[in-house]
Formats: sequence, C-alpha cells, structure tokens
Amino acid sequence: MAKITKSPWLLHYDGSSCNGCDIEVLACLTPVYDVERFGIINTGNPKHADIFLVTGGINEKNKAVVKQLYDQMPEPKVVVAVGICACNGGVFKDAYNIIGGVDKAIPVDVYVPGCAARPEAIIDGVVKALGVLDEKQKAFKEAKKKKGAEK
Amino acid sequence: MLRVLSAVLYIVFGALIAGLLAGIDRKLSARFQGRRGPSVFQPFYDVAKLFSKETLALNHGQFVIAFSFLLLMVLTGVLFFAGVDILLVFLSLSTAAMFLVFAATSSNSAMSTMGAQREMMQMLAYEPMVLITAVGFYMSTQITNGGKGSFKVIDIAMSDVPSIVYLPGIFLGFLFILTIKFRKSPFDISTSHHAHQELVKGVTTDLSGRNLGMIEIAHWYENAFLLGVVALFFLSNDWWSIPLAVGAAIVVYFLETVIDNISARVKWELMVKLAWGVTIVCGGLNLLVLEYIF
Repeated sequence: MAKITKSPWLLHYDGSSCNGCDIEVLACLTPVYDVERFGIINTGNPKHADIFLVTGGINEKNKAVVKQLYDQMPEPKVVVAVGICACNGGVFKDAYNIIGGVDKAIPVDVYVPGCAARPEAIIDGVVKALGVLDEKQKAFKEAKKKKGAEK
Repeated sequence: MLRVLSAVLYIVFGALIAGLLAGIDRKLSARFQGRRGPSVFQPFYDVAKLFSKETLALNHGQFVIAFSFLLLMVLTGVLFFAGVDILLVFLSLSTAAMFLVFAATSSNSAMSTMGAQREMMQMLAYEPMVLITAVGFYMSTQITNGGKGSFKVIDIAMSDVPSIVYLPGIFLGFLFILTIKFRKSPFDISTSHHAHQELVKGVTTDLSGRNLGMIEIAHWYENAFLLGVVALFFLSNDWWSIPLAVGAAIVVYFLETVIDNISARVKWELMVKLAWGVTIVCGGLNLLVLEYIF
C-alpha cells in the first residue's frame, strides 16, 4: 500500500494571522529544520495538497475562502490549525470581525497552540497530522472498496 | 533482437532509472542548499501517493489526455531504443508534448491555461534545435559511412566514429535545449519542480491524483529518452563507447542539476531568443562546417 505519510504535501493559508506564525511555517523549510527531508513540500495548490495548514483566525471575509480551499483538496486530507489564533481566535477572539478558530469554518484535526507557534511545535503538529492522515487513508481505501463492490 | 531487447529494457527500467535520478537530483539540490534533503526514493513515494489519492478532474477527458501523454512518451522512447528513424522519434516527442498542452487546457484554470501557452513557447524555442540534431546525425553518418547517410538510430549508434566528433556544436546546442526539456531553471517556465506555487506549477495546476501521477511517470520516461539521445552522441561500434555514453549521460544530468541550482528563472522572451541564438550559432555553424569542409 502506498504510504501517504511518506509524501505529505502542505497547503499553507494565512487566515487573519499577524504573519508571526507564517514566518515560523516558512522557517520549517529552511536548512535549520528542513522538513523536505520527510518528503514534505509546501505547495500553493489545493489540488496537490494532503495537509491544510491554516494560520490566523476566521472572519466573515475568509470563511468562504477557507471552505473553498478545503473542498478543492482531494481526499484523504487533514487540517492543522497553527497558532492560538487559528485554534480559537487568540487575542483577536473578541474583535467584532473575528468569528473564532479555523474549526468554525472546516473540521480541524490537529491544533498547534503558541504565539507564535515555534517551528518545532509546527513540525510536531504535522507529524501528529500524519497519523490522522494514515487512518483517513485506510478509511478512504475501505470506502472505495465498498463502492467498487456495490457496483 | 538487440533492438527489441533495448526497447523492452527501456519500458521496464526507463522510468525506474529516471525516477531514481530525479530523487538523486532532489538530494543533491538539498545538499547544495545546506539541507539534508528527502530520500532518493522520494519521487516514487510521491507518485505512489498520487495514485492512492482521489482524482479531482473537471472533465473525464483529462484522464484520456494525460494517459495519451504517457503512452506517446513511452512510444517515443520505444521507437528510439528500437533504433528506428530518428525523425519519427522526434515527431512522436512533439506529439506527446502537445498532449501535455491539451491536458492543461482541458480545465478553465487561468494558471493552467497560461502554463499551456508557456509550454507552447518552450516548444517553439527547442523545436528547431531538435530538427538540426536529427539532420546533424544524418550528416555525420554520411561522413563515417562513406557518403551514405542514415536517419536510423541503429545506424547512428553503430557508426565507426562517435557522432560527437563531427557534432560538437550540435551537442552543445542540444545540451542547451535539454534544460528546457528537463524543466530546469532558468527555463522551467511552463511548469517547475520547485516552488509549487500557482503560476510556477503552470500546466500541472489542475491535474491531481492519478492524472498528475501519470504526468510524472511520463516525465521520467521523457528524461530517460532524452538522456538516451545524449548517449547517442557518444555511441560507436566499439565496446568502449558504451561506458563512455553512460558516463556522458550521467555527467550531463549532474550538470543540469547544478545549472538548475545556480540560475534564476528567465522570461519566455529571453528563453526564445537565447535558444534560437544558440541554435543558429552552434547548430548552424556545425552544419555549415559539415557541409563545406568534410
């Protein structure tokens, strides 16, 4: 069986983040952390992505965008909320425009807290997401088999 | 018998070797940048994953087109390694390239459509040199075989002297357009293996799952075939030409990786100008010398 965990491609979206977490996400790609050694690629294309990495909270404007990006990703897929704002809105929680964390728009699998979330924490979160992705892939295969049998 | 064997070997090992080379390429690139880099088998993991994923396509035609691209690319290599007419081989190569353009235009995505246009610009840039290469091979066999030229790959590979002796300019020109065909910087304009962002991904933007996996495998077959053409420059009827040809192909691939890492992407206008300039100077001069001196 093809192990999806050996080749996880990330889609990174900045919700309403202050860019602190985004810089840390990109720091993961630098020689110091080099996530590409796990086969992780930062893709800008939802159709190629397996893991959806969202930073920043959800507001009325970006809710539809996040939803659309999520819908454009092929199954199996997981969502990682990076930073406290993406988890529950963070310091912007009570702001009039903020609805809350990413889970207000799409189902979230892994929460990575922190302000800003450290690269180590982000990598930890992604590794945790890989476990979820593995389970989802198995479920996806089962569903596919079932569908094939029904046909 | 040898021709059938080499064609079968190409089908079986072509993609494997080129896939492994792609993995080594990624590892080398990472080391150049002071990173550890992924496993050399990473391209295989990627493709295996793509086939296990859901395929999102706006129309069913996309699968047929992507599959045609793969099929024609394999056919190109099979024809080449079976030793038939090199003009037919290059014709098949261009037809395969057109199917990639079709695959990109089969969706409404702006990125993908722009990628398709850029792919056609790339074809415009490299096609003249490809034709000159074929003519050059013909003329070099004319010299080595005593006046009787041949377009057949088997005759070119079995000539008395390696073609590179008579075709140094054409070899340089071919190396230049090889960067375009390998989709390496500075000419990875229609689609790139680095920085997977919208426009940079170009033609493959709207391909996903199985369809993208097939394009990737086709790309490996394409690379294996192109390295075969590089090797053809060094082949003769002496046994030592075989290790020489394999060595040359490896050196060329390494060189492409280095060029990829040290250069920035150029605009398509500059690519066309440079490619045609090199074609006229290296390829044209070489042909003139062959015509009037030998």
